[in-house]
Amino acid sequence: MRGPSRRLSQRLGRGFVRGLPFLWLALFFLVPFAVTLKISFSSPATAQPPYLPVLEWDGGLEGWREFFEALDFQNYQMIAADALYRDAALSSLGYAALATAILVLIGTPTAYAMARASARWQPILVALVIVPFWTSFLIRVYAWIAILKPEGLLNAALIKLGLIAAPLPILDSPFGVLIGLTYAYLPFMVLPLYAVMSRLDPALTEAAADLGAGRARAFFTVTLPLSLPGLAAGALLCFIPMVGEFIIPDLLGGSDTLMLGRVLWSEFFSNRDWPLASAVAVLLLILVVGPVVLFREAELRREEAAEGAQR
Amino acid sequence: MAVDGVSFDLAGGEFFCLLGPSGCGKSTLLRMVAGFETPDSGTIRLGETDLTALPPHRRPVNMMFQSYALFPHMSVAANLAYGLKGLGLGRTQSAERVKALLRLVRLEGFEARRPDKLSGGQRQRVALARALAREPRLLLLDEPLGALDRALREETQGELRAIQRRLGTSFVVVTHDAEEAMALADRIGVMERGRLVQVGPARELYERPASRYVAGLLGDVNLIDGRLGRAEPGGVRGVETALGLLRASGEGEAGNAVVVAIRPERLVVSGEGEGEGDDLSGRLRGRLTEATFLGDRIRYRVEMANGSTLRASAVLPASGPIPAVGETVAVAVPADAARILPA
Repeated sequence: MRGPSRRLSQRLGRGFVRGLPFLWLALFFLVPFAVTLKISFSSPATAQPPYLPVLEWDGGLEGWREFFEALDFQNYQMIAADALYRDAALSSLGYAALATAILVLIGTPTAYAMARASARWQPILVALVIVPFWTSFLIRVYAWIAILKPEGLLNAALIKLGLIAAPLPILDSPFGVLIGLTYAYLPFMVLPLYAVMSRLDPALTEAAADLGAGRARAFFTVTLPLSLPGLAAGALLCFIPMVGEFIIPDLLGGSDTLMLGRVLWSEFFSNRDWPLASAVAVLLLILVVGPVVLFREAELRREEAAEGAQR
Repeated sequence: MAVDGVSFDLAGGEFFCLLGPSGCGKSTLLRMVAGFETPDSGTIRLGETDLTALPPHRRPVNMMFQSYALFPHMSVAANLAYGLKGLGLGRTQSAERVKALLRLVRLEGFEARRPDKLSGGQRQRVALARALAREPRLLLLDEPLGALDRALREETQGELRAIQRRLGTSFVVVTHDAEEAMALADRIGVMERGRLVQVGPARELYERPASRYVAGLLGDVNLIDGRLGRAEPGGVRGVETALGLLRASGEGEAGNAVVVAIRPERLVVSGEGEGEGDDLSGRLRGRLTEATFLGDRIRYRVEMANGSTLRASAVLPASGPIPAVGETVAVAVPADAARILPA
């Protein structure tokens, strides 16, 4: 091949490579979301699939008109009217926020210690953070049941030590959910923080010490502010999936734990109300994407302000 | 071991320079004084205070880092004020100090800038001012001009000296650039593989180096191997070399293998038959293979009878001919400029 045809094939090749991620997003995110959105405007039905209307491809223009007329906001109105969904959303946000705060408190010193470890130790420490991913997530959560249950490892140890007389009800409690969330998401907090902290010029903390700052002041005035991008990334990476988390509250939280993921699950599988479940899914997406958009906005505005201050 | 058996004393208000190639331990030594490295043995004192056991933030010593290490998330003023906390200064006193520092490094009006919006030279001056903020008795500077381009470096050398003189603070600079060391320092300490091999004013080191290492580090030098002869009157010694008998100054036991070191600008190159009347002992004959015009001087390469090459340089004569390439020339080696060094 030569000349224009070669250039054309090159351009096509490049376009394909560039378009691949978009194609991926469209196929596996946008299309399923559109389907979910459509179902959320439908009505439940005892049918296969369990909702109405279903688009008849040979119905012509009239068929399309009927299809769109059958869609409504009924499910959303129902969700708005029922306090259960609001409570589930608030409680999900609460769990996620609290767990994120705990993760920040545990993850920051962990990442800091890793970043300050000798060059020989750092890859080993990173590997140790990643190693749990080699075991199934589900199995690791089941392991926590064995640790947290009344006759489990933790309670047995506490009783042996004489710290408590009777087993603490940690499993099937909000505390159990928090332990599970913190455990499962810690790597997602530690790794972005470590990535930022390990790239900071060590001379910066030395300069702080040289200028009279003790370790604490050097950390809070230099290291931590410069690690905020990593902290923000880690917090988002944990907060967003935690809001919709299903397995951890289901296995460790007992039947009283109210979280959106569980509501969603029971609407789909227990009640077989796909339209309502889809509406909850759409609201969940809005709930978790909202903070991200706000965060990005704030970031952009801050950058603009910083640039504006220069002029 | 990066630093071994180094010992030197610093006079108050002195500008001292540690000179050596990278990896010779000069930065490690500086970091020990600042407290970032711990010596296995020995002490570091400042006046009456033993610093050895003090952590960096308790030492009355400040350091200017090679990378400057300016805090990127703080303004220039906040960078300068960082070290003032804990000195017991009031708010107005702190502001006054920051203002004075900005004036000292001629950066008035840059208070609110972030470091990434400054030029390299401005960043360098902020780093210097920040290191001076706590009014240390001793300031350590790690390659302070290393990141600047050539033209800026010369100008900044002058500024650095002027600031040091005005404040009377002792400065210890680490550099690998001999010219910079000579331009800045009252005294230079030459380091070789973790040891301090010679300490003295620039001129002393340049003219009377203690070893071929020091001689080569401070500038271009011709090194001629030879064997030391007996002492002659006037402290001059004969040295038997492949180029013939040279007369040089220095100490040593007769019969020892030695090196004669001579700077290119101290060799006198002349056309054959010229300057016969001058009292230039040890004239050597060679063939001029290269004469490079450099504006303020001319550089010669002379091939000697034994095939070795001598490098010479001279200020251009106001008039008169200069030897042509290919010509046979006479090279005079003044005995007072030829130094005898251990082989």
